Amino acid sequence: MPTVSVKRDLLFEALGQKYTDEEFDELCFEFGLELDEITSEKDIISREQGDEKAEGASDVVLYKIDVPANRYDLLCLEGLVRGLQVFKEKLEAPRYKRVSPADGGEPQRLVITDETASVRPHAVAAVLHDVTFTQERYESFIELQEKLHQNICRKRTLVAIGTHDLDTISGPFTYTAKPPGDIRFKPLNQSKEYTATELMSLYKTDGHLRHYLHIIENEPLYPIIYDSNGIVLSMPPIINGDNCSMLLNLKSVFCVCLQAKTTLDMVVTMFSEYCEEPFTVEEAEVVYPDGRLCVYPELAYRTETLSGDFINKRVGINESAESIAQLLTRMCLRSEVSGEGDLIQVEIPPTRADVIHACDIMEDAAIAYGFNNIVRSTPRTYTVANQLPLNKLTELLRQDLAAAGFTEALTFALCSEEDIADKLRKNIAETRAVHISNPKTAEFQVARTCLLPGLLKTLAANRKMPLPLKLFEISDVVLKDETKDVGARNNRRLCAVYYNKSPGFEVIHGLLDRVMQLLDVKPDRNQGYHIQAAEDSTFFPGRCAEIFSCGKSIGHLGVLHPDVISRFELTMPCSAIDIDIEPFL
Amino acid sequence: MADTGLLESLLRLLEKVDGGTDSQDVAADLGVDHQVIVGAVKSLQALGEVISTEQKSSKHWELTGEGREIAEQGSHEARVFNAIPDEGLPQNELMKMPSGKVGFSKAMSNKWIRLDKAHEGGPRVFKTVETIEDTVRDKLQLVQKGQSAKLEDKEKNELKKRKLLSEVTVKSYWITKGSSFSTTITKQETELTPEMIASGSWKEKNFKPYNFEAMGVAPDCGHLHPLMKVRTQFRQIFLEMGFTEMPTNNFIESSFWNFDSLFQPQQHPARDQHDTFFISDPALAHEFPQDYMERVKKVHSEGGYGSQGYKYDWKIEEAQKNLLRTHTTAVSARMLYKLAQQKFTPVKYFSIDRVFRNETLDATHLAEFHQIEGVVADYGLTLGNLMGVLHQFFTKLGLKKWVEVGNSGVFRPEMLLPMGLPEGVSVIAWGLSLERPTMIKYGINNIRELVGHKVNLQMVYDSPICRLDS
Repeated sequence: MPTVSVKRDLLFEALGQKYTDEEFDELCFEFGLELDEITSEKDIISREQGDEKAEGASDVVLYKIDVPANRYDLLCLEGLVRGLQVFKEKLEAPRYKRVSPADGGEPQRLVITDETASVRPHAVAAVLHDVTFTQERYESFIELQEKLHQNICRKRTLVAIGTHDLDTISGPFTYTAKPPGDIRFKPLNQSKEYTATELMSLYKTDGHLRHYLHIIENEPLYPIIYDSNGIVLSMPPIINGDNCSMLLNLKSVFCVCLQAKTTLDMVVTMFSEYCEEPFTVEEAEVVYPDGRLCVYPELAYRTETLSGDFINKRVGINESAESIAQLLTRMCLRSEVSGEGDLIQVEIPPTRADVIHACDIMEDAAIAYGFNNIVRSTPRTYTVANQLPLNKLTELLRQDLAAAGFTEALTFALCSEEDIADKLRKNIAETRAVHISNPKTAEFQVARTCLLPGLLKTLAANRKMPLPLKLFEISDVVLKDETKDVGARNNRRLCAVYYNKSPGFEVIHGLLDRVMQLLDVKPDRNQGYHIQAAEDSTFFPGRCAEIFSCGKSIGHLGVLHPDVISRFELTMPCSAIDIDIEPFL
Repeated sequence: MADTGLLESLLRLLEKVDGGTDSQDVAADLGVDHQVIVGAVKSLQALGEVISTEQKSSKHWELTGEGREIAEQGSHEARVFNAIPDEGLPQNELMKMPSGKVGFSKAMSNKWIRLDKAHEGGPRVFKTVETIEDTVRDKLQLVQKGQSAKLEDKEKNELKKRKLLSEVTVKSYWITKGSSFSTTITKQETELTPEMIASGSWKEKNFKPYNFEAMGVAPDCGHLHPLMKVRTQFRQIFLEMGFTEMPTNNFIESSFWNFDSLFQPQQHPARDQHDTFFISDPALAHEFPQDYMERVKKVHSEGGYGSQGYKYDWKIEEAQKNLLRTHTTAVSARMLYKLAQQKFTPVKYFSIDRVFRNETLDATHLAEFHQIEGVVADYGLTLGNLMGVLHQFFTKLGLKKWVEVGNSGVFRPEMLLPMGLPEGVSVIAWGLSLERPTMIKYGINNIRELVGHKVNLQMVYDSPICRLDS
């Protein structure tokens, strides 16, 4: 959930009303938002870096508001205020309009060349004409682009946004791609020119930009946008050119988005409020390599028709179609009763790209109605409960293992290759382990193939506890299995260890006998269970037996090999049992 | 228990004195070692209010080992003097005596003897006086008799310097009569025995009082893990509410069931390497219900079922990627798909099992945790129904304010309709982590103390039973 940080006083000024913190919190809740925190720059710095660093920082009150992940129209002060004002019926949702250049001149044009095919052969553009920025508006504009970059643009991997002072550049503009060595320009906030290759190494150490380098780093060609005089607008998605960077007193903004037209719509609709004619956006033409000419921004409105009954039935309320239409209108979804039955026509504005189905409209109706006003009711769904047999068996066994004097451990399902192989004196290739491709540390290299390493690590972390230590766990391990659709399956196992000054094989053997008694399996070589001497590299030679139930091998028990004990940083003898419990279902 | 005879002698002694007596005096009077009397006092204390005591400490002088030897055999100088016959003794022979060296120089400085260096046959020692007075021995004998008070401090310190005396601190008791003083002892029994029951002798016996302040002996037993205890309770709640348990014993899942089937677009940040553990071996899933997969592909890329879709190029390669499931909802998707393949009957499902996130770890986040999930599928379920079920569930948990603990919602038609569920069927669901309520319940701040091998076993041993609603 993205968090939007806005200055309280500025927000109240824009809303034309002052609220107490509680009142505003309540308003947020009603609108489906959450006032997460009330703070200030000073508070934030002092919390993160200490009081000294915070000296002199601004103590203007900030509201941090949690916004639903798909509500890109609420990511800046402008959008938030517009949404709230419409919700409170103080404002009618504006209608965003694409217009031709005011002076009757040609629209700005962006030409995309063939070379972009290997990078991102799609771009859209628009112009905010005659816009008035103040310091706050300007900051909000930059902030919104950053928020969009982080969210809908997926850290610039999907979409890159560029905004430029139109008065410092002149069209037509060219979006092309070139080898990095052939690109040379003065980037934003630098004093000299660099080649693209140089820039990539320059930004390696930049705390912010280094995160985006990987997007184009290994491409033979880098995307680049020029104006008609060869001035670089930007090298997306990394950096803008310095010449056309935006200043407070600019007149017009040229916006370019690589890839997504919804993102462009979002940027221009939010800030068209400050244009000479509010909520109008000047069109720009984009010529594609195949010769197609498109005009942007789209600012498309779409109409959905649904019935009042649908909303009532899904939400669990009983409102007239008129009242539902009014609820939706308050959510910036201008709605009208069509006159045919209880049908409602709902207009979805370009700012609400998140509304893709009638169920999204239903959700907005519920928000506007107020979740707290919806009457809670128990579904009449009649069902009989069943436990999963495997879990039922596990639950019953756990109780009795604890009654037998063993304490339950709860260990991780992920571990290192070493834990399940080297430390147990096994070869990793023979473990049938499932391997993780992107572990951040060695602790998450594989899914465990046995429970023993987790129990031994639990012993090691509790060496100070009085002896003997008796632990057990009944849980799943994961094994490769080609017969399954995903090529792997879980296996429910029971593992127990006895750790003391003497190995206590008889204790672990007694536990096996007890478990079998609980499972109603008698000691019998054919129809019951028995154990039989076996060699297993994890166990001390001559001190290991394989366990059979009804002739089928289900596991091992024995005294652990001294090397295994040392490798798990233990010092005492230890015996263990490990069995598969699935045959007893 | 000291022997009854001694205890009764002590009590008789105490009966005669007014105002009490010191245990050291008792030892002297009865002619036994003080430690024995201390033992007797302790035995009497255990009998209740027979005597009352007060601890005292006092200093007194005692002979060292060498001091005792001198008190018995005389000082070294006296022994040297006595060894010399009238005709004298060669010095080298004198020096062979055990007391030779020390005794010679002391006797010389006392002027009891003289040395004739020029004597023919070597240096020879002669007595210079007829008789001597062995004052050192006399003084030590006084101390031995307990009459050290007769010596001056200077004399005692001199002997201390010669390591013949030492000053010791003695802990003793000041003993007075107790509220139930008596000169005869009735022995108290510690425990009831089978013999006493058989013979009825318990009726005549006194029993030593128990110390009810002490802790009992901890029972020798195993313990269940607190997180699993809470898990059991959650299972119980779901079962009480008529929910059937889903088979969640499949940690490895395909991206298809984990994401695509839930209408999660392929470029969604949750599908990023930074958030999800992907599997390198076995890297890909190879079996999908083909028709269903086509419908999923279509609803993502083109829409349908009343949806605009996400309008992107859906790729099977992305759906095939295996991963460690990031939520148990992957299993819910499989179950709902399975449900859609037969004539629809309403269901209520639940699961509590592990899920995995490749997240940054901190005090409350681990790479794996348990997800609790509830799902209801039926015709015509409403948001009011969802809130009703949640209310019942969280009331059973004993939580009044439940909004912050988990997530809930209605599954999207883009998820349900491609599965083949009938149009009018709604599916409501909610989820929360098992760890969070457990940490709150048991007051644990660091999740590592609860889950994983670094668990504090003492905490496991000590944790109370889990009753969520109290």
